[in-house]
Amino acid sequence: MDTTVTSTVSGEVTGLAAVSVRYGAAVVLDDISLGLAPGEQVAIIGPSGAGKTTLLHTLACSIRPAAGELNVLGVNPWRLGDGALHRLRRRLFLAPQAPPLPPRQRVVHAVLAGQLPRWGVVKSLRSLIYPADAGIARDALARFRLEDKLYLRCDKLSGGERQRVALARLLVSQAELFLLDEPVSSLDPALAHAVLETLQAEALRRGAALVVSLHAVDLALARFARVIGVRAGRVAFDLPREQVDEHLLADLYGTELNASIQAVPEPPAAVFKLTRCI
Amino acid sequence: MYLSNAAALSVVPRDPAWRGRVTAFVVFCALLGPSLILTEFDPAQLWSESSLQATRQFLATFLPPAHAPEFLKLVAVATWKTVAIATVGMAIAIAIAFPAALIATRILSVSRLPTGRMAPLSAALRAGVRWLLIFLRSVPEIVWAMLFVRAVGLGDTAGVMAIGITYGGMLGKVYIEILESSETRATTALLENGAGRLQAFCYGAWPVCLPELTSYTVYRWECAIRASVVMGFVGAGGLGQQMELSMKMLAGGEVLTMLLVFVALVWIADLASAFLRKALS
Repeated sequence: MDTTVTSTVSGEVTGLAAVSVRYGAAVVLDDISLGLAPGEQVAIIGPSGAGKTTLLHTLACSIRPAAGELNVLGVNPWRLGDGALHRLRRRLFLAPQAPPLPPRQRVVHAVLAGQLPRWGVVKSLRSLIYPADAGIARDALARFRLEDKLYLRCDKLSGGERQRVALARLLVSQAELFLLDEPVSSLDPALAHAVLETLQAEALRRGAALVVSLHAVDLALARFARVIGVRAGRVAFDLPREQVDEHLLADLYGTELNASIQAVPEPPAAVFKLTRCI
Repeated sequence: MYLSNAAALSVVPRDPAWRGRVTAFVVFCALLGPSLILTEFDPAQLWSESSLQATRQFLATFLPPAHAPEFLKLVAVATWKTVAIATVGMAIAIAIAFPAALIATRILSVSRLPTGRMAPLSAALRAGVRWLLIFLRSVPEIVWAMLFVRAVGLGDTAGVMAIGITYGGMLGKVYIEILESSETRATTALLENGAGRLQAFCYGAWPVCLPELTSYTVYRWECAIRASVVMGFVGAGGLGQQMELSMKMLAGGEVLTMLLVFVALVWIADLASAFLRKALS
């Protein structure tokens, strides 16, 4: 059952030092510091709106911090030129909360999109005419028990299936840093365990660091040796799971424990970019 | 915490969108009023006795539609030419619009990812392409047609070029708008994981926007057929050139036959659009 790991692999360190992130006047991350050893696997928990998604996007170089030092795979991305920064993005995989799959796209292309950073433009275009490496996509889907969906369109899938297809894209990528935002939120508990196990095994095989935000506290404690609690844009605790007790959790969620340990309700999509509504 | 605040929340906050809506409505009315006066728009004029008389006389020559085999053959050839002008013109237009849209659309910008703002240089390039598209479409196709008739002589080539250029500008603008108003999560996610711009377009934006892009392109093809008729009047080939001859000879029956052909063409374009949308959705 316990497949969690501490660092056994050589690789590059990732972390934040005194990082703050603001959207306009709102401070979303406030002076956050944390470090990941190479190959380390961490779960982030915390109430809705605490800043979990922003934290993952900051690590993915898709939000520029207002203050602080960021280290992604051994470099500070904001000291790089545009080209080098984009090449750095190839080495990480950010799985957003809502699976980013075009409804009309077929599963095979949605999964193979994980190979785009490796493919040239010509191969990418050719694969849309006839799928290149369909076997790779099928094998990745098989690890989530979806191999029979290979040639279906994404809008024919259930929510949980879409979520797993988006994760199968991770399996075919070559990322060295996995940043997963609520990757199992649409799955039943047994499947959630199995999917996390697959992802953790893959990260371990590659020596990739893994950061997962979860709303199911029991899942985080069962599967991750290190658990970080985030509340109101700050790190509330960053502890080995043995030291995460009921009081810490009660403080984190600001509610009675019996409600929070089961499942903390969280809205499905974080409002990440304010758009003008008409 | 949520419950204890319930009492304080009894005053519902004002809808922040309200002011903007009222302003937009007032501005629209303020523009519409003077415009109506300026154009001397007066529907009653249509129904005055003298107008009705003239209309009746003109329409009386239309019946019956001309249907001599000789003439129908002529119309068939001209129709085929019109469709060909519109189609080749659209192919040129797409060849202009598609790359332009890929360059100018914000959603394929990598530099916007962290900040929402593009780097100055790429923002300038995008603005430049937009201005080029504005230039291409702000000169009406009939003016381009007259220009090309001077340059390459009477005939279909002038019509093709005119449609290609004007419609390239229009398609480019609308392609950009379709891309930018679409659901961009798929495209953004690919860019965030290091995919290139063209790759992110092909695997993200393309499957999302394909039906809109197709149906707008087919609609523009329909417009191109009509436009090629208008340009025929200045000698740029096709049904329009034929229609101009018939009108000069006051052969209303021939005009009616050709108008019926137009209705059929537009109807076919409509069917094609509906079919394509259904096939793609």
